[in-house]
Amino acid sequence: MRKIAVLTVVAFCAAMMFSSLAFSARKTIIKIGINAPLTGDIPKVGEGSKYAAQMWLEDIENAGGLEVGGKKYEVELVIEDNESKAESAVKANTKMITQDDVLAIVGPQSSKQAVPAGEVANKYKTVMISPWSTNPSTTLDRPYVFRGCFLDPFQGPVVANFITEEFGFTKAAVLYDVASDYPKGLAEVFKQAWEDKHGAGSVVAYESFTTKDTDFSSQLTKIVKSGAEVLFTPQYYNEVPLIVSQAKNLGWTGPIVGSDSWGSAETIELCGEDCYGLFFSSHYAAAGAKGATKAFIDRYEKTYGYIPDDVAALTWDALRLAQQAIQDAGKLTGKIEKDREAVRDALAQIKDFDGITGKMTFTEEGDPIKCAVIVRINHQGEYEFYGSSCP
Amino acid sequence: MEPLIESFNYILQNIINALQRGSFYAVISIGYSMVYGVLMLFNFAHGDIFMVGTYIGFGIATLLLATFSGLVPPPVIFLATVVITMFLASWIGVFVEVAGYRPLRQAPRASAAITGLMIGIIFETTILIMLGAKRLSFPPLMETVNYHIGGIYITNVKAMIIIISLLLMLALHAFIQKTKWGMAMRAMSYDFLAVPLMGVSINIIAPLTFAVGAGLAAVAGILYGQAYPILDPYMGVLLGWKAFVAAILGGRGSIKGAALAGYLLGFIEIFVATVFPSTLRDFIAYSIILVILTFRPRGFFGMEHSTKLRL
Repeated sequence: MRKIAVLTVVAFCAAMMFSSLAFSARKTIIKIGINAPLTGDIPKVGEGSKYAAQMWLEDIENAGGLEVGGKKYEVELVIEDNESKAESAVKANTKMITQDDVLAIVGPQSSKQAVPAGEVANKYKTVMISPWSTNPSTTLDRPYVFRGCFLDPFQGPVVANFITEEFGFTKAAVLYDVASDYPKGLAEVFKQAWEDKHGAGSVVAYESFTTKDTDFSSQLTKIVKSGAEVLFTPQYYNEVPLIVSQAKNLGWTGPIVGSDSWGSAETIELCGEDCYGLFFSSHYAAAGAKGATKAFIDRYEKTYGYIPDDVAALTWDALRLAQQAIQDAGKLTGKIEKDREAVRDALAQIKDFDGITGKMTFTEEGDPIKCAVIVRINHQGEYEFYGSSCP
Repeated sequence: MEPLIESFNYILQNIINALQRGSFYAVISIGYSMVYGVLMLFNFAHGDIFMVGTYIGFGIATLLLATFSGLVPPPVIFLATVVITMFLASWIGVFVEVAGYRPLRQAPRASAAITGLMIGIIFETTILIMLGAKRLSFPPLMETVNYHIGGIYITNVKAMIIIISLLLMLALHAFIQKTKWGMAMRAMSYDFLAVPLMGVSINIIAPLTFAVGAGLAAVAGILYGQAYPILDPYMGVLLGWKAFVAAILGGRGSIKGAALAGYLLGFIEIFVATVFPSTLRDFIAYSIILVILTFRPRGFFGMEHSTKLRL
């Protein structure tokens, strides 16, 4: 019995030595991790990230690899599903960093996953770029964590200003998910910005629910009664249709305004005509785009059959930022810790990066300074550019 | 006078909201209670049977709308969807009993409970694999009309949900009280040991109970799809747990109790959110239920089961 056990262990060790893992140290392959919600609450977000990453990889492959310091390296994507869960995102990052030896990670997308996953990336000193997470905690005091989008403390006031200027309202209601980092953070920022503008108590209803709730009738009844003129709800696309239709059925007649989480390609598919004419703040507007943005949209639509949402565009930018940083690092030593550090330093140095969602220069915290776009859902169900606000 | 009417309307509006919410809890918790009554086990897969029923309803509704839309009046399509879905979903219930619980009839009760949880996960992942993680939107089986009656808003969908749920419960009551099958079920829940000696086969009554429970859950699923039209493979989990709470609150095995507790749960949830900040809704709502259970541990209509022997 014991002999067999010993033999098994020896055989296993031998197999490990000859496995591809052991060999990979000789030939350096650049591995980029993608941490995306392929299943769970927001699968469309994961799909957009995956497709954008595949398009990016296609470009690299067509160029014969990624050139760093005059040498071409093969690039591989490690795509992990975080199931839209915080703990799975942490697990995915840990696995990609410690087992797959990724050079950099793009994702997770939403703040609920990006905030805890960023902790892991920073601890292991691996660059992580979250394309879509707008919560400040994601990058705060984490030198290795960057993001590709603006922050909620910027987005909240943008929305508050927009509503004030566009409609001239003074009383607002907020409905948000208290159990999710992103809606909760943004709701707080919006409330602050609104009350700074219109005085304490001008947010006349501040109602919450928890993830997976589908019935908002008691909260919405309260909101209707409160006399609010506008409803702000920074929720994801799977909740937006329920909130909008239930609000209308309970007698809500005012406008409903959302945030960048509305920008999914699926919002309109699920919400239909109920959502026509509503506004939200976002990173880019597909209808009426120009230049490189338009080229990206057209190519994506041709390949995957629908207009890319902001997540796809931001993921594309994040990958190109990572690419730029790797190239700027000068050379790859093959020692993963050292290379990761070099990539981090190069990324922090990038100035005026010309992304398809706007120009980017990172602040000390790893947050880009860029403009927000106000999108109107027009009566064809397209996301139309309505206005923009720059810091 | 004006504010008085306004707050009266406000309460009335919330009563309607609560009736809708409670209808789902009531209809689904009946499925828990029936199975408990006959087999003395809680079928923890019931929430996921509701989910599968909703997906079946989605499939049937989509199919019927694609084929017959415009040819027959919408109520006919609705009725056909309900009947076909009920029939198909009841076989899911039979399958769960035969494949999951029957081999474990002699096993410890904990094994059966765990089996239920596993069956639930199998259902969730099966749907996930078959249909992908993409959200589906339940097609509206009727045009939504919003009635505004003296400051209260009620849609035809809401009214229909409340009425159909009540009719379902009345029909179930008649089935249990008036038919031979119903009598067999009642007898089984009264004495598990003696009934087989009278020539009533547990292997028929048990799957029948599951079938009826699953059929009810499937109709609830179609109604749910009309009220909250976003489908999700995990939609049954939370609702299942809350219906389970209602079944306990009503008294294990009592159908009347389950229905009543379902509505009570709906009222507590809605009115807690009305009075307190909505952040505290579930905390306060379930604390209230905990207090109720402290004083009535067997629920409202619970029976003494301690003398019952198991085969």
